[in-house]
Amino acid sequence: MKQKLESQRLLALFALGCLLLNFPLLMLWDRDLSLWGLPLFPLALFALWGLLIVVLAWRMERGAG
Amino acid sequence: MSAVLVVAVSLAYLLVLFAVASHGDRRAAAGRSLIANPWIYALSMAVYCSAWTYFGSVGRAASSGVWFLPIYLGPMLAMVLAWLVLRKMVRIAQRYRITSIADFIASRYGKSPLLAGLVTLITVVGIVPYLALQLKGIAVAFDVVTAAPAALARERAWWQESTFYLALALAGFTMVFGARHLDGSERHEGMVAAVAFESVVKLLAFLAVGAWVCWGLFDGVGDLFARAAALPGQALAFNGGPVRYPHVQWFALMLLAGLSVLMLPRQFQVMVVENVDERHLRRAAWAFPLYLLLINLFVLPIALAGLLHFGPGQADPETFVLSLPLSQGQQALALLVFVGGLSAATGMVIVETIAVSTMICNDLVVPVLLRSRYWSGGRDLTRAILNTRRTAILAVMLLGYCYFRLAGEAYALVSIGLISFAAVAQFAPAMLGGMYWRGATRRGALAGLLAGFLLWSYTLMLPSLAKSGWVADGFLHDGPWGQQWLRPEALLGLQGFDNLTHSLFWSLLANIGCYVGFSLWRSPSAAEASQALLFVDVFERSSQLQPVFWRGQASVAPLQSLAERFLGSERARELFARHARERGLPGADSLQADAELVHFVETQLTGAIGSASARVMVASVVEEEALGLDDVLAMVEEAKRLLLHSRELEDKSASLERASAELRAANEQLKSLDRLKDDFMSSVTHELRTPLTSIRALAELMLDDATTGDGMGPEQRQHFLSIIVAEAERLTRLVNQVLDMAKIESGHADWHSSELDLAALVRSSAQTVCELLRERGARLELALPEQPVMVLADADRLTQVMLNLLSNAAKFVPAGQGLIQVKLTRSGARVQVEVRDNGPGVPPAQQELVFEKFRQGGDSSNRPQGTGLGLPISRRIVEHFGGAMWLRSEPGQGACFGFWLPATTRNQDKNGDCA
Repeated sequence: MKQKLESQRLLALFALGCLLLNFPLLMLWDRDLSLWGLPLFPLALFALWGLLIVVLAWRMERGAG
Repeated sequence: MSAVLVVAVSLAYLLVLFAVASHGDRRAAAGRSLIANPWIYALSMAVYCSAWTYFGSVGRAASSGVWFLPIYLGPMLAMVLAWLVLRKMVRIAQRYRITSIADFIASRYGKSPLLAGLVTLITVVGIVPYLALQLKGIAVAFDVVTAAPAALARERAWWQESTFYLALALAGFTMVFGARHLDGSERHEGMVAAVAFESVVKLLAFLAVGAWVCWGLFDGVGDLFARAAALPGQALAFNGGPVRYPHVQWFALMLLAGLSVLMLPRQFQVMVVENVDERHLRRAAWAFPLYLLLINLFVLPIALAGLLHFGPGQADPETFVLSLPLSQGQQALALLVFVGGLSAATGMVIVETIAVSTMICNDLVVPVLLRSRYWSGGRDLTRAILNTRRTAILAVMLLGYCYFRLAGEAYALVSIGLISFAAVAQFAPAMLGGMYWRGATRRGALAGLLAGFLLWSYTLMLPSLAKSGWVADGFLHDGPWGQQWLRPEALLGLQGFDNLTHSLFWSLLANIGCYVGFSLWRSPSAAEASQALLFVDVFERSSQLQPVFWRGQASVAPLQSLAERFLGSERARELFARHARERGLPGADSLQADAELVHFVETQLTGAIGSASARVMVASVVEEEALGLDDVLAMVEEAKRLLLHSRELEDKSASLERASAELRAANEQLKSLDRLKDDFMSSVTHELRTPLTSIRALAELMLDDATTGDGMGPEQRQHFLSIIVAEAERLTRLVNQVLDMAKIESGHADWHSSELDLAALVRSSAQTVCELLRERGARLELALPEQPVMVLADADRLTQVMLNLLSNAAKFVPAGQGLIQVKLTRSGARVQVEVRDNGPGVPPAQQELVFEKFRQGGDSSNRPQGTGLGLPISRRIVEHFGGAMWLRSEPGQGACFGFWLPATTRNQDKNGDCA
């Protein structure tokens, strides 16, 4: 049962990642803006990427115990 | 920079690599594996970042901005599912000793040699050019670092070119660390250690140049981007690319990379074959994407810096990482970056070569050789197989080098990175489908792979050859034979996509369509169905409970000699002995040639020569009965029954264990109760004997007096009788207490609860013991509240408790100067009574014992008078009314017995009134 829950969480994270990193949600960041002197679009891509890694790391390491 | 220096540094780097790898091998041999570590595992996965990444990403970023990213976002998403998908691949591969993608697919679809051959063929066609690209990457980097004129570099003969010797050195490395001995599991610890080391080098080198560009060359990242805003045609945006449907291309690139990260032969090698422990996947699943993020962090800044520094179109963006430091005279940094590029290329080349050569050897060469007369004899073939493997390594490497020499600057080589990805992506339906869909068949896999490969060749590979000028390119624009609808890059008139998306769409469509369609056409054969079950349900049962789909006649000797031929006699003996141990047999001699042994031998052979060849070889030494689909299903049922049975047994033994633990605990309790009862009996009889003895003695005296008529005066008789009465009373008291205790313990005691004033009760108890205290010369101090303190309890019982505590205290206080303090307090819903004396106190070890039956304080010599039942009874009484009794004492400081009882609500009301 616990295994199943973990699988579902990973699948949900996968779906979330696919949505966040694809059209059309990606268009939200495609603006001529910059944050701390950095263009928004690449910044958003790296931030989303980092976020996915953090969530994945959290789930994976939690399950390791 | 002088070429000699660069060559020397490269050589030194390769030597370091040899050292790392041989250290890894030595550690493995010593049983202290260097790579049994999730971080090393994650780093070895980073072999994904080849020279194409190292140099090419900056090139892509310079021409189209963020469009280099999908190649790394795809793997990120794939790794989210690593724990589900990749772990299954690892489990399957390790259980059935699968050592390559070709074997994985072939084994799944009934151990088909045809399928294995096809997969190998696709791999060679798709991957060898990719190897060439790595060599080209190093060659170009070498030219840039040594500032050799490009024209001159092209004119060199092959024996003058350093790349050729590099390829040879890499072939040597791969042979030494990839094919030193024949190992059933195809693990290469030294090679993995070297690859992980290379991953560290390339990451550090790339971060170093990135940091230097941002903070050395420019005034921080903000400054860089601010200046880059002025560049013409900057494509930092999603829509920046020149394509019509950017979101489709974006998605296609991500899908492509996500599939490739699982299907590339080198990824399969490090992630699946070289995996030491499934649990390492948990860390690698996020550490590997993190590595990708880090190595891509500075790609965009470097690309923009290069464009700003040299001006658009003035220098090759793919070498910005080298030309930027060189232009500022940063020789050492440039050399470091070159070494980083070298590590990216060599790591990829080494692992890819091992993976591809394993496939070529097991799935193309060995099946052919096994039919030859030389091989079919009984001789030991381990050496021959090893040599085949080594030859394959050299051949793959030279093939890559030749392609590099021939293709040179051609489009076919430059664009091969993604074309290779698209080729291996064709494995995905057969691979992933095979792991989850039982109904998939060999026909389906063959048709899907063939269709996908053909369409890939036609829509991607052929155009790239045409663009290189090797094939007339007229058909690109007009279609073959003038048929417009057959144009390779706009098949059936489908236009608007870039050629990669177009090709990926058609090839995967045809691949999946044929795979599903042909699979559904006919039901799977017995061999396919049995393999399907073994693959799809790999997590369902442990390897011992796996059904074995084999029936026939066999004997041990031919099986053993077969294993000896392919694995070496020593190893084969070892394996047989281990197998016997695992099955609980005393030795290999007692093994029966049953289905399990046949399966075992076949699995071991699979590790050495691939599943298809192993099947053929095993079939040649045993007499098999052909299995029908019904037999397979029956065997599955049998296995399921066994599984259920074993689960039931497990459950039963677990419940038996629980029951026996309970019984043990109960037994312990009974034993201790029995001991207590014995103690109790001896204490009771002891206590009874003392008064009885004195009664009897006195009665005998009086009897003697009555018969002899000696002069016992009436006063003396009176005195004796009063003692007898007192002793009899003591006996009665004791018997009453024992009965009382028994009643309370059995729950048959009578309780007459009513609301009563505890203060008044304490006061009257104090009066009762007044006389006793006076005899002992002890003083009593009462500290009671003025107003009544109401509790719900039985007055007689509580009086019994108070009397017990007070008389106890009286017994222990020093004669003549005793002081007993009684305190009644209320705190919240509790009413608390404390009786403190100034006696010797109770040592900590005995504090809990005094509440046990017949455990009086003090040792037996100075034990005071009493039954030893007073405190246990008191505690039970207090507990009966919902309170608790305790003892606080430090030796020499006196003892303080106390108890609390719940106050009644009315009591609380009164409290409220007072407050």
